[in-house]
Amino acid sequence: MTGPGEFTIPVEYQGAHSVEGPLLVVDKVADVGWDEMATVRLASGEVRQALVLEVHEDLAIVEVLQGTSGLDPREVTVGFTGKPFEIPVGEGWMGRAWSGLGEPLDGGPPMLGAEMRPVAGSPLNPTLRDVPRDPIVTGISVIDALTTFVRGQKLPIFSSAGLPHLELVTQIAAQATAPGEPFRVIVAAMGLTHVDAAAIRRALEKRSATGELALFLDTADDPVVQRILTPRVALTVAEHLAFDRGEHVLVLLADMTSYCEAVREVSAARGEIPGRRAYPGYLYSDLASIYERCGRIRDRPGSVTLLPVLTMPAGDITHPVPDLTGYITEGQIVLSAELAGQGIYPPVDVLGSLSRLMRKGTGEGLTRADHPAIAAQLVAALAQAGQVRDIAELVGVAALTDTDRRYLDFADAFRTVLVSQGVDESRSIEESLERAWKVVSVLPQRELTMVPTEYIERYYVSSEPAGTEQGASRNAAPASGEGNG
Amino acid sequence: MNDSPTTSTSSPSPPSTSSVGRVLRVSGPLVEVDGIDRTAMLDVVEIGPSRLAAEVVSVTSAGRIVAQAYEYTGGMRVGDGASALGHPLSARLGPWLLGGVFDGMLRPLRGGPTWLAPGVLRAEGGGEARWRFSPKAASGDVVSAGDVLAAVPTAGDVEYRLLVPPRVSGAVEWIAAEGDVGEDERVATVGGHDVTLAESWPVRVPRPVTTRLDPSEPLATGQRVVDLLFPVAKGSTVAVPGGFGTGKTVLLQQIVKWCNADVIVFVGCGERGNELADALTDLGELVDPRSGRSLLERTVVIANTSNMPVMAREASIYTGMTVAELFRDMGYDTVLLADSTSRWAEALREFSSRSGELPAEEGYPAGLASAIAAFYERAGTVRTLGGTHGSVTVIGAVSPPGGDMTEPVTSHTERFVRCLWSLDRDLAYARHYPAITWRRSFSRDAGAVGDWHGAAGRTKWAADRARAVALLAEADRLAPIVELVGLAGLPARERMVLLGARLLREGVLQQSALSKNDASCSPEKQSALLDLALALYERCLELVGRGVPASVVEEIDLAGATRMRDEVPPDDASSVTRRRDEMLEILAAVG
Ligand SMILES: Nc1ncnc2c1ncn2[C@@H]1O[C@H](COP(=O)(O)OP(=O)(O)OP(=O)(O)O)[C@@H](O)[C@H]1O
Ligand SMILES: [Mg+2]
Repeated sequence: MTGPGEFTIPVEYQGAHSVEGPLLVVDKVADVGWDEMATVRLASGEVRQALVLEVHEDLAIVEVLQGTSGLDPREVTVGFTGKPFEIPVGEGWMGRAWSGLGEPLDGGPPMLGAEMRPVAGSPLNPTLRDVPRDPIVTGISVIDALTTFVRGQKLPIFSSAGLPHLELVTQIAAQATAPGEPFRVIVAAMGLTHVDAAAIRRALEKRSATGELALFLDTADDPVVQRILTPRVALTVAEHLAFDRGEHVLVLLADMTSYCEAVREVSAARGEIPGRRAYPGYLYSDLASIYERCGRIRDRPGSVTLLPVLTMPAGDITHPVPDLTGYITEGQIVLSAELAGQGIYPPVDVLGSLSRLMRKGTGEGLTRADHPAIAAQLVAALAQAGQVRDIAELVGVAALTDTDRRYLDFADAFRTVLVSQGVDESRSIEESLERAWKVVSVLPQRELTMVPTEYIERYYVSSEPAGTEQGASRNAAPASGEGNG
Repeated sequence: MNDSPTTSTSSPSPPSTSSVGRVLRVSGPLVEVDGIDRTAMLDVVEIGPSRLAAEVVSVTSAGRIVAQAYEYTGGMRVGDGASALGHPLSARLGPWLLGGVFDGMLRPLRGGPTWLAPGVLRAEGGGEARWRFSPKAASGDVVSAGDVLAAVPTAGDVEYRLLVPPRVSGAVEWIAAEGDVGEDERVATVGGHDVTLAESWPVRVPRPVTTRLDPSEPLATGQRVVDLLFPVAKGSTVAVPGGFGTGKTVLLQQIVKWCNADVIVFVGCGERGNELADALTDLGELVDPRSGRSLLERTVVIANTSNMPVMAREASIYTGMTVAELFRDMGYDTVLLADSTSRWAEALREFSSRSGELPAEEGYPAGLASAIAAFYERAGTVRTLGGTHGSVTVIGAVSPPGGDMTEPVTSHTERFVRCLWSLDRDLAYARHYPAITWRRSFSRDAGAVGDWHGAAGRTKWAADRARAVALLAEADRLAPIVELVGLAGLPARERMVLLGARLLREGVLQQSALSKNDASCSPEKQSALLDLALALYERCLELVGRGVPASVVEEIDLAGATRMRDEVPPDDASSVTRRRDEMLEILAAVG
């Protein structure tokens, strides 16, 4: 039985050649493999972990995960494990709080297990991937109704500083289920403040106690090199539960911006050529090596669904972190400072958000037959309402047609009835869809061109007979062009 | 080596070597090797117990080389063995390609292990499969490179033709009789050269042709905005730049499914595994309307997803091109689609920055522009060595960082392609799909394609295209004015222009990939839909010309016209024409 990053029979070397930044140069070594794990024992008895960055004749350059402060090269004992960084896998992780490297934070015993897995994982053979399908129910109306999580997909939350994304992530971690199937939640926090980390631990205590949830917490004062391993530790645990034990696992990764900053810092320390905003050129591939670990495998039960959360620096969606994430994930959920300013929680910007695989998680037999159509109708009507509002700002509400005024009412109902929700409030799919129908029913029936009549007859909430007046404003707003949209 | 349960045991058989060396240094994918005395730049060496392939990037002094591994080198040690193969990176070509799925080095993924640990994929065939061999030449015939030696039926409609390899010619000294043969079995001897079903070709070297011809026949993609406004000729080149989520992958996959080429090579170059799984499922289920067979059977998929090794991603573009050229040489129209070329360029950047090349713009190597140009240059309509016609059309997605169209990959690519389909974030945001903007897109094939349509008797094609382009441009000019003065502030004629442009956008240019009726559109239905929109627009202009108030015309329900694309099957042009006549009557009643 071994614990994270441990090994059995190390080859040990007394004293190292030199130390430079996070790097330790060990000389006179033999048979050391690239990227294998090493342990560095200080004179004080403290043990740190390290990775082999380069082997050159009889030199090994290793990167010390916990940093090199207080380290004297003459006094260290370096042991090479002959293996990459690995952790045990198994049930033992669940129901507990761990550091970013998998050490206990809760006073409990370390994780031990018979089977070790390298945290880097291996790519899944794309021909054996199964297409994501079936929903995860978060209990949050705007997400479940309009940007449904599909089991096996990766869908990030793009937020900005000051917005309640940690509350939202915590709420999802506490509430999410895969109805009728075994479900697990793994939260990996990267670079969080101690206050935030403590808040997340408190809020998730209840679910953790049931053994359905595990927490991996890397805090802002932990060494940056360690932060790079945290999501990989969480995903290795998740892959085992999903693909060896057939469970549906939701992995929440927050905050990926802190993760990327760690990658940038380590890259700079290694003297690599910087790319956009000084992030290394391989950031895309690096992020993909995390995000692509979601999925399903053919003819096996279980799934890994990934929900990365990131803060867009200065709210800029073209910043490399959100940009490269968007290029890898299957859609995005964007939080809006404007909505948050109006006191709306969760402040989801529906028009900027999209779950590309939503079709595979909604509809007959999955959620409800009318779900895809009503969702498309809500989004289209919201876009239309936005155009009407722009016109109203120019010509005044009084000059609007009756239909157009109904669109403005629709937008209000959308925010208050569907989107707004308490941080502890969990709604069933039925309740969310009922609210969706209540909202579209603010519009005259004839405006609901995307919903088949049978659903209108069944779910539309009639308040008055549908009128016949038609808005002529639609030609005026071309849905095109680069400058405006 | 990592010893996860997914790691395979290394191959017991020693590689066929031309020279053996020893590892001196390992730094990520860069491996320095000593003691190899016969190798050249870009040759392949195999390193370590798993025989990881690596490409020689520098030859320092006698016998000392630096090679860049195609896979993860974790666990590789100083002192590990290395052997030079004596040839550059080559693809193993043969009849098994059609319907198959391969990694960036053309190693079969189907039937491979679940987890792709380094070294587990092998290009060598299983040796088991047997193929039906029908000779098309006889002993004693004098043949030259590119001539058909034999036909090999495949699962689908496309016959695999075994050609006399480039640079080989002479008398057929021996050829196997009709029957089943193995992949590496000798099936013929031509001019002293043994021919097998399996052919090896260095992927970075274009396969030779007799002459290049001017592309003119359009590739029918089934996508209206492409075929009507920005057509691409067979053998031409297209770039599809667009930010994330603007619809590059959906558009490329629509073309994979619906275009009228004979063979499709789709290179998933550093993109998503889930998308590939989805595409493979679709292709397996969809039926080719022309052959009545599964679409997968005319398709070769190269899947080097973003989490697969970056260096194999760099190679995947060339591997795909080599496969496309192979089928071109058999006389087929082939299309190579690469999603996304930006990920290839990034791999190139990693490659060069590690080998210490001086970076130019944004860290890309100074040779980026010429690498992109050389890639698109391999497209073309040609007379093959065997004397038939064949073509390779290249369509490459481009993923500009931050949607910035001035970044190096986008701006260089734009210069080297004949067609540009720019995807626009605002159109995608408004769910106008395909989000190809008419403002930043072009087709330098439009003239030739117009002539081709004209020669085939469709003289209206070019004129209708010109009218549509003009209408869209005028509506765009008016849009900012409307924002200032409101719709009511515009003269009636201008208000009709806006109405006409909306009909065009909603009824013709928008096309839902998810709809059974709308996903693909026959050329006849395309023309009928365009004709419908333009005819209604003309009639509306006449109405206001006769003094009917613009507001009255605007209130007429024209949804019957814009719904037509979705209401009738892909090849039902006559219903569209009937609807046009009905709607024209409704309008006539107004005046
Ligand atoms: N023709 C279409 N019909 C319907 N929906 C479409 C169409 N084109 C795009 N979409 C929608 O847009 C989403 C994103 O499209 P796509 O995956 O092709 O984007 P992309 O440009 O390839 O993005 P990325 O760069 O992130 O890979 C799709 O999941 C789909 O919902
Ligand atoms: Mg894409």
